[in-house]
Amino acid sequence: MNLTCIICPLGCSLTAEICGETVTVAGNGCPRGAEYAKNECTNPVRTVTATVPCGKTRLPVKTDRPIPKAEIFSCMDRIHRLTAVAPVKIGDILDKTPWGANIVAAGNIEEA
Amino acid sequence: MYDIAIIGAGITGAMAARALSRYRLKICILEKESDVAMGATRANSAIVHAGFDAKEGSLKARFNVEGSRMMEDVCRELGVPYRRNGSLVLGFGSEDRQALETLLNRGQKNGVEGLRILEKEELRAMEPHISHEADCALYAPTGAITCPYQLCVAAIGNAMDNGADLFLDFPVSAIQKTPEGFCIHAGEKQVDARYVLNAAGVHADSVARLCGDSFFSIHPRRGEYLLLDKTAGSLVRSTVFKAPGKMGKGILVSPTVDGNLLLGPTAEDLENKEDTRITAEGTERVRRQAAGMVEAIPFHKTITSFSGLRAVGNTGDFILTFGESGVLHAAGIESPGLTAAPAVAEYLVTLLLEKGLSPEENPAYNPHRASAHAFREMTAEEKNAVIAKEPAYGKIVCRCEGVTEGEILAALRQNPKARDLDGVKRRTRAQMGRCQGGFCMPRILELIAAEQGIRPEAVTKCGGASRILTDKEDTTCGI
Amino acid sequence: MRDLVIIGGGPAGMAAALAAREAGVEDILILERDQALGGILQQCVHNGFGLHTFGEELTGPEYAWKYIDKVVEKEIEYKTETMVLSISPEKVITATNATDGIFTVEARAIILAMGCRERPRGALATPGTRPAGIFSAGTAQKLMNCAGYSVGREAVILGSGDIGLIMARRMTLEGAKVKAVCELMPYSGGLARNIQQCLHDFSIPLKLSHTVTEIHGRERLTGVTIAEVDADRRPIPGTEEYISCDTLLLSVGLIPENELSLCAGIALDPVTGGAAVTAARETSVPGIFACGNVLHVHDLVDYVSEEAATAGKSAATYLRGAQEKNVDLLLRTDGRIRYTVPQKITEKADTTVYFRVAAVYRNASVSVYSGEKRLFTKKRAKMAPGEMESITLPASVLPENGELRFILEEEK
Repeated sequence: MNLTCIICPLGCSLTAEICGETVTVAGNGCPRGAEYAKNECTNPVRTVTATVPCGKTRLPVKTDRPIPKAEIFSCMDRIHRLTAVAPVKIGDILDKTPWGANIVAAGNIEEA
Repeated sequence: MYDIAIIGAGITGAMAARALSRYRLKICILEKESDVAMGATRANSAIVHAGFDAKEGSLKARFNVEGSRMMEDVCRELGVPYRRNGSLVLGFGSEDRQALETLLNRGQKNGVEGLRILEKEELRAMEPHISHEADCALYAPTGAITCPYQLCVAAIGNAMDNGADLFLDFPVSAIQKTPEGFCIHAGEKQVDARYVLNAAGVHADSVARLCGDSFFSIHPRRGEYLLLDKTAGSLVRSTVFKAPGKMGKGILVSPTVDGNLLLGPTAEDLENKEDTRITAEGTERVRRQAAGMVEAIPFHKTITSFSGLRAVGNTGDFILTFGESGVLHAAGIESPGLTAAPAVAEYLVTLLLEKGLSPEENPAYNPHRASAHAFREMTAEEKNAVIAKEPAYGKIVCRCEGVTEGEILAALRQNPKARDLDGVKRRTRAQMGRCQGGFCMPRILELIAAEQGIRPEAVTKCGGASRILTDKEDTTCGI
Repeated sequence: MRDLVIIGGGPAGMAAALAAREAGVEDILILERDQALGGILQQCVHNGFGLHTFGEELTGPEYAWKYIDKVVEKEIEYKTETMVLSISPEKVITATNATDGIFTVEARAIILAMGCRERPRGALATPGTRPAGIFSAGTAQKLMNCAGYSVGREAVILGSGDIGLIMARRMTLEGAKVKAVCELMPYSGGLARNIQQCLHDFSIPLKLSHTVTEIHGRERLTGVTIAEVDADRRPIPGTEEYISCDTLLLSVGLIPENELSLCAGIALDPVTGGAAVTAARETSVPGIFACGNVLHVHDLVDYVSEEAATAGKSAATYLRGAQEKNVDLLLRTDGRIRYTVPQKITEKADTTVYFRVAAVYRNASVSVYSGEKRLFTKKRAKMAPGEMESITLPASVLPENGELRFILEEEK
């Protein structure tokens, strides 16, 4: 399988070969690339970001860890149901997802 | 019951409305679009022609020269920029020289002042970027530039301030003769008026047919333009034309009153009266011809391209006359229609008064309108006095053109009120600069929504279905 | 009279301010035109920022807040919603806002950090109509992320720059259908990982060597015609394809915003569109520095912060009167390397030179020559126009004066 590593801006071209339970990776510039390729073959994950309403403005939010790629749109559905209330700080948890990640604030809004 | 209904809020209708507002009359202006100045007035060369083009003895020649003489005062009264930058018609070779002599003679017969032929040396001293191939030019010191849509907005605003009514989104669909005059319909809507002036531009023939007049026809001639950034605006000082050849008048290279460089127009006869598309061929033609007239035009500084439809009549001259129906037609107003407009307006008023329109003067008539540019022309001290009272004038919304929130709010409040993004653009120049609204459009959209008390999703670019945002009725995802 | 005035409170302006403070400048004023500090990062809600600087993947606002917090902590003065109208060569700044009105500030040193703007649609003169529904990608991003609006349901994106790619994903996540991303060039101008995670993840087709040849629709966009282009980037007749859509996003390049630089009499590099600078990021006007996207368009904000710190430190050195100018080198390129920043070296020190290449090159080397002498060479497996490259020249190889020629050599 040919992949483009998304871990850092270098975007290394990776090849991953799946042989039973083991995945062999080539082309990676660092160990994180190998891990990315293995995940990509077995359980691809992505960080999801968006914004939610917060009073008259919008609060940027993200999942605090990557979630399964297949759940991105379910995660967006959850985000669409969220509203934040000021004051809110980076890292404040707005929602706990069933995929082990929280949807957290990715910006600060001081006053309501 | 109105004394007079003017169909069409272009420059001809606007100037006529303003001229009529000197009298104690009930005036209405009927416009099919959602703003004024939406036809040829929106997209033309913005030139106040000296008057050497039109054939001697024609209405075009007469009103061109008269209009050109009136224009500076009209612009001053209405607070619209006007610059007498002179115009040049370039000659390349002996055949062109002959053509220039013809124009010179014609211009002199038409009464154009100060016309003369320049030889290469003087020409180059005057305009160093003119093509080296040009060996002579006809110089018209009375040639000038203005801003046609601002002039139209200001004239209608002035007429409204003097009591005229403006009905937008009023596409005339039927005109009925009544005992007192006419009943003009636009679908369900209708207005009654004693007199009707048809100034409907490319649609003037269709409007004439609605009242039974079919003695003229109009076809649209498309002209495409390129507009370059202000950093290219001083490449030439004068408006530069080419000697007319077999291919007609050709394109011009001109500074605009706002400091941009304007190239165009092409001339393409069409059937469709709404077809203001830009074509690859047109763009290419403008670039090629402009490059042959002026050297080193920085085409990469093009910030927008646009096209307009000129209303070309079948008679070769302006059509300014009553039809059998009793409707007064002002049709076939192609170039020099902008220049001629103030003079044509006076002529139309004369015709209407002769026909029995009441000549009683409007005692409250005020020829002046507050300039949309007033704020930017102030000194820093004057500006600060304004900002202290209205802090919105301290906030720059459009960074490219330096337009403040105060000026945008004024455009949304002053007659004729801007209703959409393009309306704000034409009145204030916000979104008209080098980023073309990339930065300021979201803010202007919100200002419009707040001012009109509508949802941001209902704000349009130019009326109708031209909404910028879409409703979020469906937030479920999935592809 | 202020010691240091910084025009722009985005990532470049803030990093420059912090570095200047670190280097001992007490009197600093940041002038920011937007409502808050942070610049364009505030609308870049996607992640992928800060891996170099902070070792973690941050969203744009998170990256911005790292700096905003420090600016506040260090009590660096700033004015928001303040637009600079002009800068004179004598370093007198005229600005305006709602509370102070129009005011002037005299500065001993200035750092320009105004960022860049998107190339508008008009620059392309695309044939067709002029309906609503055409946005530059960044404008759409602002409308969606900062205001929560929806800009359309079915989109085509012209240009595969990073903002275009990011917006393809963003619109998809918000329920729109992105039908195609068209790129005029035979390669993408965006980062490889964005093509993967923004397009491939959502099966959005990337059509290389394609452009929009006609825009349709009178009021709102109803569709676009796209076509393949030949090697001269001219549409190939017969390859036209109509795609119905209500939205066209343009991601066709960024232009450094240097109108103020011009008004201060600063010489610009015609290739970058930004000021020509020394390694200290000093412009042709002594005491005026520039950094970030106003200088040249960066691919990563991390490099913006790095460059801004250089400018901040240099401004501090200038204010102390401690500038050292002991070499005089002009950097030249060969066309395959489009430009370098800096364009001049005036101090004998280890110098990192940033550059961009004109096309995709594989197994190529970048060499630096002084006359016939090769001072330095570096090999790269792949270089692409979308990615900013850099090499660091050791102080020891720098000659006293003359030209340094940057040459790209492909291996046969």
